[in-house]
Amino acid sequence: MQGQLFLKLQNILKHQGTDMEKFGFTISKGRQIDYDSNDRRIAEYILAKEPSFSLCIECGCCSATCTAANFTKFSLREFNILIKRGELELVSQNIKKCMLCGKCTLVCPRGVNTRNVITLAKQAFQKTESYAV
Amino acid sequence: MSKHVVVIGGGVAGLETAGRLSKEGISVSLLEKEENTGGHLSDWYKLFPDRRDSGEVKKYLDDLSKSENVLLMTGSTVAEFRKNNNHFHIITSKGKEIKADAVVVATGFDLFSSSRKEEYGYGIYDNVITSADLERMFRNGKITMANGAVPKRIGMVHCVGSRDEKVGNLYCSKLCCVTAVKQAIEIREHIKDSKVFCFYMDMRMGGAHYEELYREAQEKWGVSFIRGKVSEASESINHFIVVKVEDTLAGRPLRMEVDLLVLMAGMEMSKGGKSIAELGGLKTGENRFFEVADHHFGSNISNVAGVFYAGACTAPMNITETISHARAAVSEVTEYLKASGN
Amino acid sequence: MKKEGKKAIWSEYQKEIADDKFFYVRSCIRQNFFPGSEVAFLRIMRDVLGKDVYEHPCHTTCSGIGYHSDVVPVDTAMTVVARQFALMTEAGYKNYVPSCITSFGLYTEIMETWQHFPEVKERIRLHLKNATGREFEVPSNLAHASDVIYKFRKEIAAKAKYKLINKNTGEPLKVVDHIGCHYAKMFPSKGVGGAEYPYVLAGMVEEWGGEVVDYPERRHCCGFGFRQYLVQANRGYSVACSKEKFESMKPYKPDMIITNCPGCPMFLDRWQYVINEMEGKRYGQNGEGIPVFTYEEVAGLVLGFDPWDLGLQMHQTDCEPVLDKMGIEYSPEDKYKTDKNKIVHEVRTLVNA
Repeated sequence: MQGQLFLKLQNILKHQGTDMEKFGFTISKGRQIDYDSNDRRIAEYILAKEPSFSLCIECGCCSATCTAANFTKFSLREFNILIKRGELELVSQNIKKCMLCGKCTLVCPRGVNTRNVITLAKQAFQKTESYAV
Repeated sequence: MSKHVVVIGGGVAGLETAGRLSKEGISVSLLEKEENTGGHLSDWYKLFPDRRDSGEVKKYLDDLSKSENVLLMTGSTVAEFRKNNNHFHIITSKGKEIKADAVVVATGFDLFSSSRKEEYGYGIYDNVITSADLERMFRNGKITMANGAVPKRIGMVHCVGSRDEKVGNLYCSKLCCVTAVKQAIEIREHIKDSKVFCFYMDMRMGGAHYEELYREAQEKWGVSFIRGKVSEASESINHFIVVKVEDTLAGRPLRMEVDLLVLMAGMEMSKGGKSIAELGGLKTGENRFFEVADHHFGSNISNVAGVFYAGACTAPMNITETISHARAAVSEVTEYLKASGN
Repeated sequence: MKKEGKKAIWSEYQKEIADDKFFYVRSCIRQNFFPGSEVAFLRIMRDVLGKDVYEHPCHTTCSGIGYHSDVVPVDTAMTVVARQFALMTEAGYKNYVPSCITSFGLYTEIMETWQHFPEVKERIRLHLKNATGREFEVPSNLAHASDVIYKFRKEIAAKAKYKLINKNTGEPLKVVDHIGCHYAKMFPSKGVGGAEYPYVLAGMVEEWGGEVVDYPERRHCCGFGFRQYLVQANRGYSVACSKEKFESMKPYKPDMIITNCPGCPMFLDRWQYVINEMEGKRYGQNGEGIPVFTYEEVAGLVLGFDPWDLGLQMHQTDCEPVLDKMGIEYSPEDKYKTDKNKIVHEVRTLVNA
């Protein structure tokens, strides 16, 4: 059951443009990582082929020494977490910035084969259409 | 004339103290408020770091403390506690009067009452339990949700009642992190396709073999560790628990549903200990545990000559440390008794 | 869910609420959104419960809306509040009851500040004396109007003509209770039930026959923060807050929402229309919205007041589904008539489109 007022307003607004034009604002998008609905297949792919990936404690030693992190948005620590949570947009766009120099693998205190993690991530993105790099 | 010492508390510290004192030829009255000795040790299933059966430690303590020199009084608390010159007069709740040359307080700790953290919903939501409840489930061999179903996704919240200004406990309870890791592994062993998530502020793996246990949890069992303090837990329409936490290392808030939420409850000064403090004029510190004379070489010594401390009544400590602390207390007591003459 | 756990927490957060001789101050904006509510409060307190509620003709806004929008400095806000207290003192009252929840938050904040920093109170005393010549005393009891209705919920239930029960199924109505942020989040001890599980509205709902819905985003703000809302470009943030609440409460199929703040029902009521326009989503059953009420409106409905006297025709999300469920007698033709039986002018243009 729609009120008379409601119908009137609806008619008036139908003739106007986008939400922004009609209202002057749009509904802000949430920033929450919705763990339950995220796609973690990339993480599972990497874990299956490089088990040492599970040892990462996100200490940041890798990104601290990283050649690319100095100058670009590539932070291996951040990317490892985002992959684990299934938040892949930032990762897929920036992972190609890795130079594969291997400094990260030299410093990891947990013994994660970080260079392989990156290679496998790139592979996984190729295989997942929506994130193909 | 043989010396007599009263040990208040029949947990790990009390049993070790009584046993070692009796080996020195000193007669002991061991007071325990419950009907059975063992204290919190009896609540544990397997102990960290090597997952050995807690019953083995209990057996060792029982064998040590069963001696003709040790008079065990269960179901007894302290009703009166006075010092007269060099002797102590203690009257138990059952009316027994004891005259002692020295007293060792081994009243241990109480677990933080998790319903005080209202935002986690303990006592309100069916599927929020504490680490003690979980350990009991291990003892019974079955881990279930409130409706009897097997949980597939379990969340563990570190630092419940510890490092928390809001509940008045600024200190770290030291053992909850390793307990969480141990329990996470045990859950994974028990429930085949389960996933466990630990929500931590810091991972405090300070004891021997603790860090290796953490590594095993990640490597062998796939336990996930998310750095962030859980701000609130609520119940979804299916009675799952909705957890809100900031994934601080990703820099974004995170929301997930778990089947069962386990709160790692911290350690607090025990109620029994508080009453002993009042009765005996013993000082407690800012963290409400007993205040010791010196942190480095006097951690068994109280502010009353002849009264000593053993175990977790002074600060959170694990079983290894408790036993060492009790042995140190015995060393202090024997020296004191020698010095105070015959 | 174990009710006993919540009851244990509620029993820890009890507050003193006076039982008569109230000095009532109105909200500056509430009468625009929900015009019948304050009148209903006075009618319930004076005619139904026989209490003494006094309104001073010279009282003003508490200036909280300006204070929270950064246009009124804190000293000015405190002086305005002091003047309100002076009016109360002059009229011979000691029990202060604001209609608005932001006012309640501001009064609580100022009274706490004065308690801990008496030199600030003396400074404001001087300001007020210089500006207006008035003198004030701090109220001995400060309670929000919803606290007062909460206190008398049993008396209202005793005189109730209708209950919050679906007359077709006999089941209690499922009610979402939404508390204004300034009520207990600032000072949990000053709210009935504390901050986590506030009881002030839940108590009313339960007493009047309804069932309270507990959903994950219960504590979430509706988004009516002045600084977000007053700037048009920021309003998307406000809508997103309300939307998060709606998404969370939808699976529980609530029949209605009850609120105790001026802004919250305005948002929860109006934003359902905006979300429908922008995303085509509706949160009630059968493609309807979820009707939103103030607690005075609910109290009035329960006591048998006419829905159109309560101002329900001004709601954007139609309230008729709830009226029908409760079995309230009302005449749909009179919805837009004034008391002189004339029809209110239909809207021809949208102001500030």
